[in-house]
Amino acid sequence: MVAVTRKFPREPHGEDMASLESIISVRGINKVYPGQVHALKDVDLDFPAGALTTLLGPSGCGKTTLLKIIAGLLAPTTGDVLVKGKKVTAPGPERAFVFQDFALMPWATVLRNVGFGLELRGLAEAKRNEIARRYIKQVGLSGFEDKYPHELSGGMRQRVGLARALAVDADVLLLDEPFSAVDEQNRRKFQEDLLRLREIERKTFIFVTHSIEEAVYLSDRIVLLSRRPGQVSQIIAPQIDRSGTPDEIRRDRAYLDTVEEIWQGLRQFVD
Amino acid sequence: MTLFGYRLPMMSSLIVWCLIWEIVGRLELVLLFPPFSGVLAALVDLVQTQKFWDATWTTISTFCIGMVLAIVCGVALGVLMGRVKAAENLLGMWVNVFASAPLSALVPVLMILFGMGAKTIVVSVFLFAIWIIALDTQAGVKHITPSLIDMARSFGAGRRDIYAKIILWAALPEILAGIRLGFIRGVKGVVIGQLLVSIIGYGELFEIYSRSFLMEDFWALTIVLFAFALLVAELVGMLEKRIEYYAGVRQ
Repeated sequence: MVAVTRKFPREPHGEDMASLESIISVRGINKVYPGQVHALKDVDLDFPAGALTTLLGPSGCGKTTLLKIIAGLLAPTTGDVLVKGKKVTAPGPERAFVFQDFALMPWATVLRNVGFGLELRGLAEAKRNEIARRYIKQVGLSGFEDKYPHELSGGMRQRVGLARALAVDADVLLLDEPFSAVDEQNRRKFQEDLLRLREIERKTFIFVTHSIEEAVYLSDRIVLLSRRPGQVSQIIAPQIDRSGTPDEIRRDRAYLDTVEEIWQGLRQFVD
Repeated sequence: MTLFGYRLPMMSSLIVWCLIWEIVGRLELVLLFPPFSGVLAALVDLVQTQKFWDATWTTISTFCIGMVLAIVCGVALGVLMGRVKAAENLLGMWVNVFASAPLSALVPVLMILFGMGAKTIVVSVFLFAIWIIALDTQAGVKHITPSLIDMARSFGAGRRDIYAKIILWAALPEILAGIRLGFIRGVKGVVIGQLLVSIIGYGELFEIYSRSFLMEDFWALTIVLFAFALLVAELVGMLEKRIEYYAGVRQ
């Protein structure tokens, strides 16, 4: 899907991450939903710039809630979200969101859907279409510009969602279980594409998933959340050599060990 | 339909009914039923009179004004009830009551309020049509995928953008279905309103014909009215086919 194959040097891994400048920080986040549902408890996290951080945990642990709080779509009960050191309480141009159910406008073409973020920013139609076409090409959907979402497969729809988030050129991409509504084959392809995309887009990714394999395959850092009320239970930085083919990575010793380690960590939260 | 191996054209059964009508009319059994040929002759005469075209113009103009008002207010009311919980609690019950109430009973009251003229007809079209439009709009607005609104917000949409670019579009199939039902109710409104006011439009003609036992003219006018109602329903039906296509492709 990505035209450029040139390799950038990999990000430093592991403990070095902490020393990197964090682009997003959350401080003392608590979220209590009406009816005394305590979704998140005292969450403190830093998200290093340029890294892919995954929020992983059992269903209902508040990982999507945390992502939406970072996005500014939900207000925390207490606590702050800092973007580049500044407190934010609403969505902003430095963050773009990719939705689990794609959230495409069924009445609009692929081109308009991808350019929608730019449309809302008041860009002229010619300009935003030009940018949208570029990102449609980058996610491998050239030729589908004038199709409507219902004419696309699930995987293709999520590519539209991804292109829309890339088109606004935000520093941080927030992905809420982006592959969960996509079939398994497409999901694998998508994961590989995402890895390659990372190398040319130089963005910070915050990724929510409930798939351990997916988290280990993609992430520089994995934040394990405990069962409700969600708390940070462990932070793991997989040391995986991603220079090989996808199959080699999936058979890599470090990959398999990390999957096992996380499973042992999460096991206690499963009934 | 086929008969003895021949394919009959659509609506050919009408010919049979017209023949029966003609025979019953010729037998002069009931004063109410003149022969069908007489009705057709009256219809030809009718469409040549200035009075008929004045009445038609009154009917169409009051219908259109009433419908435009009903659509604008109904959609606004529906969106309000769909988005604001307090508005739903406050107004929902009344809208439901009015949507199912026999509104014909209110027309005499309207006559007192708005006089014996076109204004009353406009108001009765409005009252017949608005409630179902509001209810369907509300249903459409309430069933919008929340992530679509989150999506717009996350890309920086303000309140106006969310309404103009997301909510109205996402609820469009339901809004249009409501408008279709509103049209059909509006036709009832314009006819019942005119019949009860009975000094303008078709109502006046009906009053004259039935009082003077001009049965040919009476039936001719009835046919015109039925044709009008059928035409509106057909037009809206054509529109609906396109809406259904659109509604079917929503995620």
